Amino acid sequence: MSRRDLSRRGLLGALGVGAAGVAAVSVGTVAGARSPQGAGTASDAVVAFHGRHQAGISTSVQAHLHFAAFDVTAAGVDGLRGLLQDWTEAARALTAGRPVGEGAVGGSPLAPPDDTGEALDATAHRLTLTVGFGASLFDDRFGLASRRPEALVDLPHFPGDVLDPARSDGDLVVQACADDPQVAVHAIRNLSRIAAGRAAIRWAQLGYGKAASTDRSQPTPRNLFGFKDGTANPSGKDGRVLDEHVWVSADDAASRDEAWMAGGSYLVARRISMLIETWDRTPLGEQETIIGRDKGEGAPLGATREFDPVVPRELPVASHVRLAHPSVHEGAQMLRRGFNFVDGADSLGHLDAGLFFLAYQRDPRRAFVPVQTVLARQDVLMEYLRHTGSGLYAVPPGVREEGYWGETLLQA
Amino acid sequence: MRIPARRLTPLALLACVAVVSACSSDPEPVSTTGDAAAPITIEATDEACDLSSTDLASGITTFEITNSGSQVNEVYVYAEGDRIVTEKENIGPGTSYELTVDLTEGDYEVACKPGMVGDGIRTGVEVAAPSEPVAIDPLAEQAVDDYRAYVQGEADKLPGLVEGLLAALEAGDREQAKALYAPSRLPWESIEPVAESFGDLDPRIDAREADLEPDQELTGWHRIEKALWEDEDLAAMVPVAEQLLADVEELQQRTPNAAMTPASIGNGAKELLDEVATGKVTGEEEAFSHTDLVDFQGNLDGARKAFEVLRPLVEKNDPALAGTLDEQFAACQEALSVHETGPDRFVSYDTVAQPERQDLARAVDALGEPLSLLAAAAAG
Repeated sequence: MSRRDLSRRGLLGALGVGAAGVAAVSVGTVAGARSPQGAGTASDAVVAFHGRHQAGISTSVQAHLHFAAFDVTAAGVDGLRGLLQDWTEAARALTAGRPVGEGAVGGSPLAPPDDTGEALDATAHRLTLTVGFGASLFDDRFGLASRRPEALVDLPHFPGDVLDPARSDGDLVVQACADDPQVAVHAIRNLSRIAAGRAAIRWAQLGYGKAASTDRSQPTPRNLFGFKDGTANPSGKDGRVLDEHVWVSADDAASRDEAWMAGGSYLVARRISMLIETWDRTPLGEQETIIGRDKGEGAPLGATREFDPVVPRELPVASHVRLAHPSVHEGAQMLRRGFNFVDGADSLGHLDAGLFFLAYQRDPRRAFVPVQTVLARQDVLMEYLRHTGSGLYAVPPGVREEGYWGETLLQA
Repeated sequence: MRIPARRLTPLALLACVAVVSACSSDPEPVSTTGDAAAPITIEATDEACDLSSTDLASGITTFEITNSGSQVNEVYVYAEGDRIVTEKENIGPGTSYELTVDLTEGDYEVACKPGMVGDGIRTGVEVAAPSEPVAIDPLAEQAVDDYRAYVQGEADKLPGLVEGLLAALEAGDREQAKALYAPSRLPWESIEPVAESFGDLDPRIDAREADLEPDQELTGWHRIEKALWEDEDLAAMVPVAEQLLADVEELQQRTPNAAMTPASIGNGAKELLDEVATGKVTGEEEAFSHTDLVDFQGNLDGARKAFEVLRPLVEKNDPALAGTLDEQFAACQEALSVHETGPDRFVSYDTVAQPERQDLARAVDALGEPLSLLAAAAAG
């Protein structure tokens, strides 16, 4: 039962009683029109929700992130399907810059509004909502055990992992990205509210200042170590590279039980805490040797320009760029779209900060797992990093005009 | 006790009632006798107490009090024999306050007490049956009658329970008093939104130490709780318990005049779940005794009763909501019952670990969301 359905009935009831009817009639107007503010128009701030692949992957990276993992509390697959259908309906409105349900104002004064209202005067700000399924969704609760893709592995323990279970895994995840932080928060808040009784937030992470670019026309952003990050990231516009490294192909998903993943991807999320204070006391030369690029331009050491080709054997042997280079991993690439985070300070007075690493890939067994295995063992940078949260999620393909998230997996 | 209810006016439960005249999506307020009328203003000064009218129609009545004098004032409405129908103390100079009650036919007196002393400046008020019978939705009337009977039944249990607690304190029997403490509160917790509608009673009975202003004295259950669990002298608690007994007896007497509508009953149910979410699941309510889960059960019982009396209205206006509420009340009770050790007895909340508290919080949120739609569904 969706909250929207409930309140719509309540509203229809209210229509019968005098002046409230007049107030209710105006809801459609309020819900349909938002006054665009600031630069750009409402239309150019909208990223299409429907498509063969979900939005929010190859989309040029937005400025802000609110990422939430949910435990499903609904008893059976019908409850799960109903939740994803209601979420999809809300996502269509949110990503188009409209409030959810009957809106935030103009409804029955006796009922709480469907939409929480904090994004009322904003445009969509290129909001994308991207859903993934954790391995735990494929346990015995929903009858989906046989549909768990082989690539949705349990990630091994990597040296240096200090994972907090309360910041890891989850049945469902929603990645909300937007150029305005309140728009991203508004989306997660309303999806969480719609989920009440069917799913509850397990953990969540806010991020800002995109730490990776998927668009060469944008300057490469910097992480909190002060280095450009993602120079070698694939472009979200390069269809050939995406087909080879990011999207699950029909052949990958050839078995009947895995066919639902065709057009999807796999998402690795890692909360990587940075030991900021010790890094800041590291000499510049050592910082550059650890990374393998110079700090100003971002050029590979020994080269002059950021996009000069990386020749791994010419870089320091334990440098991050050398160890992470595709040539070391049989050509494996991931589409990274991580964000910096600062969650205040810890109890010792140090910044609780780092990189919320998000990477999409065709098969984590051939990408994240081997790459991280090498990095965790050999990368000198690991001395300044602690992986404190982790998740691997199967990201289903995009949503049809009349469809819903996860339809290929859950259709009755 | 609900903090905002004490600080904000009008009391949370009555917020709906107070806006009845401006809010036509609420159906006609239902009392046993009639309709809501325009508010009666009371202009209180240091020498006078002027009412805009002394001939009232029975039904839900709102008094708008303004203190234009220089002294702190208080206003009482008495029925025959000086039985308190409603009261508001501590109305500062230049401030205003609203009181809403359900008045039946009869003779009353309104008293202003400048300086909060004496018998006050009194004005007789006559409440008559309405001249024309009012059309009342029988389902709404039945819901109000049923809920009022429930609230009265719970209020009637309180004096006996508090007398037991008082006796244990008089005997200096700490263990017995500890055992009686939480059960003595259970009926209160189930009718808290109505009790809160009697402005001054709620803070006297149920304030928590953290809620007080610097110069306020802690009274009521939580004063006794602190003494019992912090090993304070129990003899000093006897007068506190005597005052508590007098206060719950006043609550019992005033309950018939509590203003109720289907919307206010529905809203009260939501507030009971809010109480659970903000006070009990967090362990703030019973900071010393850790008997929060007993209060949780009381809040849940009261909210479920509100839904039950409203069920015919909800099934007419929003049948799907009724189904959802049935499911979620059952799920919430199931989550709570995990910690039950006997009838209305629960484990100490300080032994409930964080993951279990999260389960409780999720069950409360799952019920609280659909419950927030109950008032509108009941009002149709």
